[in-house]
Amino acid sequence: MLNIKNLHVKLEEEDKQILKGVDLSVEAGKVHAIMGPNGSGKSTLSYVLSGKDGYEVTEGAAYLGDIDLLDIDPEERAAAGLFLAFQYPVEIPGVGNMTFLRTAVNAQRKARGEEEMSAAEFLKVVRARAKELKIDADMLKRPVNVGFSGGEKKRNEILQMAMLEPKMCILDETDSGLDVDAMKLVAEGVNALRNEGRGFLVITHYQRLLDHIKPDVVHIMADGRIVKTGGPELALEVENNGYADILAEVA
Amino acid sequence: MSATAEQPNATEARIANLNLRSEGWSGSARADAVTRLRAMGLPERRDEYWKFTRPDALTQADAPEAAVFHAGEAALFASTDTLTIVFDDGVFNPDASDALAMDYLSIERLAEADADIHWAKGVYGVLEARGQTPVPRPLAALNTAFATDGVLIHVTGKVPKPISLVYNHSDETSDAILHHVIKLDAGAELTVLENGPAAARFNKVMEVDIADTATFHHVRAQGRDHERRAATHLFARLGTESTFKSFTLTVNGRLTRNECVIELTGDDAIAHVAGACVGDGDFHHDDTVFITHDAERCESRQVFKKVLRNGAVGVFQGKILVKAGAQKTDGYQISQSLLLDGDSEFLAKPELEIYADDVVCSHGSTSGAIDEEALFYLRSRGVPEAPATDLLTLAFLAEAVEEIEDEGLRDVMVDRLEGWLERHRG
Repeated sequence: MLNIKNLHVKLEEEDKQILKGVDLSVEAGKVHAIMGPNGSGKSTLSYVLSGKDGYEVTEGAAYLGDIDLLDIDPEERAAAGLFLAFQYPVEIPGVGNMTFLRTAVNAQRKARGEEEMSAAEFLKVVRARAKELKIDADMLKRPVNVGFSGGEKKRNEILQMAMLEPKMCILDETDSGLDVDAMKLVAEGVNALRNEGRGFLVITHYQRLLDHIKPDVVHIMADGRIVKTGGPELALEVENNGYADILAEVA
Repeated sequence: MSATAEQPNATEARIANLNLRSEGWSGSARADAVTRLRAMGLPERRDEYWKFTRPDALTQADAPEAAVFHAGEAALFASTDTLTIVFDDGVFNPDASDALAMDYLSIERLAEADADIHWAKGVYGVLEARGQTPVPRPLAALNTAFATDGVLIHVTGKVPKPISLVYNHSDETSDAILHHVIKLDAGAELTVLENGPAAARFNKVMEVDIADTATFHHVRAQGRDHERRAATHLFARLGTESTFKSFTLTVNGRLTRNECVIELTGDDAIAHVAGACVGDGDFHHDDTVFITHDAERCESRQVFKKVLRNGAVGVFQGKILVKAGAQKTDGYQISQSLLLDGDSEFLAKPELEIYADDVVCSHGSTSGAIDEEALFYLRSRGVPEAPATDLLTLAFLAEAVEEIEDEGLRDVMVDRLEGWLERHRG
């Protein structure tokens, strides 16, 4: 599904190498987690994959199926099935959440040559999905993320994911800023979307999110590389011993 | 309006071929207006009030040519039930207009109201003259003196449907001067819609006298012709507990100067004036507002938003004057521009002048580009750059458009903006 090969990335504006050869493959139907200390390059990886400005790929490749992600615009990556749940969802004053969702859904459909969703059909689907995530009608009407609490913003990300039905979901520190109940709700939303055809890459500092979204594979990232890969037990090891032991071991 | 050798000549040259009507009830008002105009002289570039906008094209003897433009859009407000009055290049078109009659109002054309005694005498040129201090507005005096037509509307109750003034432009050298007078009795309500480019050059004055507890709504779209030029003045006087709400949409037009002069003379009155403008290329748009608070507990609100690109220029001059004794005044003013490229320019001069000690007045002015974070967020959800930019542009204008109280009229304006943005991508 997602294949990253020897990815090297530096900041566009300064001579600072962030990713130093990332190799990673996420298969359809699997949940991979990336853990790692601050500054290891986890968020950069998610931004580079989704096409944010400010980064320069100096070497390597990233493919979604047979699509060269690094060669196309962010909107084309989205239409191809890539979705990034933001660590800090952006507030957009003046754009209603519903308008935003419908514009996004129909833009992707149009890009894929599919028929656009009618207003009535859209409304029906969005209401059902919103209900599962305990998102009330008021949140749908308000401007995108404006005045939303941390938990509401993250639930809104999962609602977008549910509406857009991507093939490959990247969750960038979706647990940050969430209390236990909110995290459970978000995790349930993600779990409901798990299926054979969809891959997940869950980026997190902490093991606790992985109690709720059970990963198949856990990677440890440090200094711009994947330094260790294992099963769910690797996350527990981090939880118990911190990163220091693992980093010492691979050094 | 400083005294220079050639300046009186410029004024005389401008009015030399205009016909000053002396007969009927408006004769003395017109004569007074000419006297005012000659004393002030037409605006010149060195005048402080015209620092950001070159008045030449508005004051020169002959109207500069303006190509007629067919946008291929449906007529605005066509789906709204209105009493429609049509002017073609400033000339009344009886065939395209509805009968000038409706419940709770009397309506006449300025050109036909020749009697010696007329209710409009108490308003025509009166509000304009009051609006000449402290800042002179010579183009409005010129209008009062030489207006060829317009409508005189006396409203006595709650009028069931809007009056729609349609201004068609079909002559590349037309030079139109229209003057409307609207008088609302106590408790009366009226909505006036205006739309269309009107003429190659358009000078329009609307005087609105709003009695106690009356309500006046005004929604205007200034037409899409790229080359037309317009100077408009809206003078309003508000009585106790009355309401005035005006919104203007401007898309294109080489030069537009919209002056709005509001006097809050009765306690607890409300005046809102808003504008959304989108300019592309050779486009200069000037909103000049002067609101005088001369009573207690009045609220005024100015919301102006401009989207500019390819060298378009936006101007905002907004003043709130709170006179001594106008306690508990609530004044708000915001003017913002969204510059879609580095070539465009926004010039703002917000002013507060306050002589009462218990008031709340705020003003703000900003200039910015599209929010890159928001743009990336939209693109990451699959919305391509052009429609994502449109969406953010509409969101920027929303605060001004939302000033329109009627949801149907608001939607009409949003539709027009969406259409414009879609056709003007990139």
